[in-house]
Amino acid sequence: MSISIKSINKTFGNYAALENISLEVPNGSLTALLGPSGSGKTTLLRIVAGLEFSDPGEGRILFHGEDVSETPAGKRGVGFVFQHYALFRHMTIAENIAFGLSVLPRSLRPAKAEIHARISELLKLVKLEGLDKRRPHELSGGQRQRVALARALAIQPKVLLLDEPFGALDAQVRKSLRRWLRVFHDEIGLTTLFVTHDQEEALELADQVVVMRNARIEQVGKPQEIYDHPRSPFVYEFLGNVNKLSASNGSHRYIRPHEIEIAFAAEYNPETDRLAKIDHLFSAGPVATLSVRLDDGQFLEVEISRKQLDELALDPGDEVSIRIMDSSKSGV
Amino acid sequence: MAKRRVIPGFGLSMGFSITYLSLIILIPLAALFIKAAGLGWAEWWNLLTTPRVIAATKLTFGASAAAASVSMVMGLLVTWVLVRYDFPGRRLLDAMVDLPFALPTAVAGITLTQIYAPNGWIGQYISQCASWIQTNYQPGGWLGGQVEDLAAKGAAYSPIGVFIALTFIGFPFVVRTLQPVMEDLGAEIEEAAATLGANRWIVFRRVILPLLVPALITGFTLAFARAIGEYGSVIFISGNLPMKTEILPLLIVAQLEQFKYEAAAVIASAMLLVSFALLFLINLLQRRLDWQHR
Repeated sequence: MSISIKSINKTFGNYAALENISLEVPNGSLTALLGPSGSGKTTLLRIVAGLEFSDPGEGRILFHGEDVSETPAGKRGVGFVFQHYALFRHMTIAENIAFGLSVLPRSLRPAKAEIHARISELLKLVKLEGLDKRRPHELSGGQRQRVALARALAIQPKVLLLDEPFGALDAQVRKSLRRWLRVFHDEIGLTTLFVTHDQEEALELADQVVVMRNARIEQVGKPQEIYDHPRSPFVYEFLGNVNKLSASNGSHRYIRPHEIEIAFAAEYNPETDRLAKIDHLFSAGPVATLSVRLDDGQFLEVEISRKQLDELALDPGDEVSIRIMDSSKSGV
Repeated sequence: MAKRRVIPGFGLSMGFSITYLSLIILIPLAALFIKAAGLGWAEWWNLLTTPRVIAATKLTFGASAAAASVSMVMGLLVTWVLVRYDFPGRRLLDAMVDLPFALPTAVAGITLTQIYAPNGWIGQYISQCASWIQTNYQPGGWLGGQVEDLAAKGAAYSPIGVFIALTFIGFPFVVRTLQPVMEDLGAEIEEAAATLGANRWIVFRRVILPLLVPALITGFTLAFARAIGEYGSVIFISGNLPMKTEILPLLIVAQLEQFKYEAAAVIASAMLLVSFALLFLINLLQRRLDWQHR
């Protein structure tokens, strides 16, 4: 089911959280709302869920063409997953997952056996078989978040909304859960909108990335597209490390650290290269990061492979020749 | 070798704690039981089964339980308002909750008596109301007796007066035990329940209330224990009619005034034992209802 967001405004007192936001989330896609804190991404997600309402006016939320702007959260058919799980800690895992079904009016509520079957099925889906009798505090963070996901899916939602779903987990779990979610999404094909401030997460996971900043949408596109063709300096800087090089005429140029080649000073070619001095060297891991100082005093960060670093056998203080590759974008 | 502890000073602090508890709790209680042991079992039995003591026991524990129950329900409501809503004067209301703690109980007793007496601000309406019920419905039995009392004396000088005084002093305990727990609940679990289709009532009954139950019972227990031992406020409003509005603490004082120290100690010991048994039972019940221990 597609989600259409049409000219949404939201203010809290004098503070504008969202300004004229319009966005299409295609049916079955996995879309990331990416931005720094305070950019309005969570507010937008909460408005889609019906946990918050946009300012009165033209703003509309449509699920597959149907206007749900005035529908309360409980009737929208959304699965919502919170950053801190928000599990019911006095209930077992099975009771948590069954909650959405057990609060249905008697006429719509499935029979006990059917609820039971649904719980088993969902536990299997999120790879937590056999934990149905446990309580949330007995589970790890990653397990709890999967219970929260199963609970949200139990009501067979039209769309799935995730608010920083991996934000409270440690790096390792976050990575593995991220990959798992991608596979999981492709299996069930549910339209999913998730909020994150982690650009790596958004680029790796999403079909479509929406970069937000200061209550507005900065850019929308496929991960590759956004990474390769950032439309603004903000997007450039937000999507990973970037060097900002100022020219003498006052203009700027953005260069990613891996778009710079490095060679011995002896190979310096005044036409294409610049001279620099190595300031720092970080070489733990497969990629080495060098901080170099250009002849005009500006610093650049350069990434080269560990193998290349070993071949060049560079040390801090050495003079090198630097060449910026053609693929890099200039002059935003 | 003894297990090494990270925090030093266990021996010293434990020793100090035990000494302190002995001084302020164990030794006085032991003295009480020794004094009471001055009388034999037969005398104990005779003393405790006099109709006056039995009536006072029923009133003390009954009114305390009723008052603590009402405090629990009303305390939940007031805490809800204090925690969940922001309104002008909220802090003032919050501070007001503690007043029954600070007010000398005798002052509370006298004030309540003034208000609930048949010519008092509230008492006159209660009296009129009861008279009206009496003439129109003529209830009989226990209820009839209560209504007759209310008509004649307002809410003061009756078991209902005792109940009112005990409600007044027990109320803050419930609010103060419930408040931090309710503040900690957070909005997320309610929002989660709402997105899953639960209406306001279901959210309250199935998500919020179960998490508050342990604190509610603790508040009830504190209010109940305080009510059992309450003396100052009750003696003014109850009128102290033997067999009708006498509470156990008053009976104990009455024995003391007649220099019957052993008898006073016996009633006090029995009261202590019953209170302890009840509090222990409530504690067990709380463990059973508390999701953390299941």
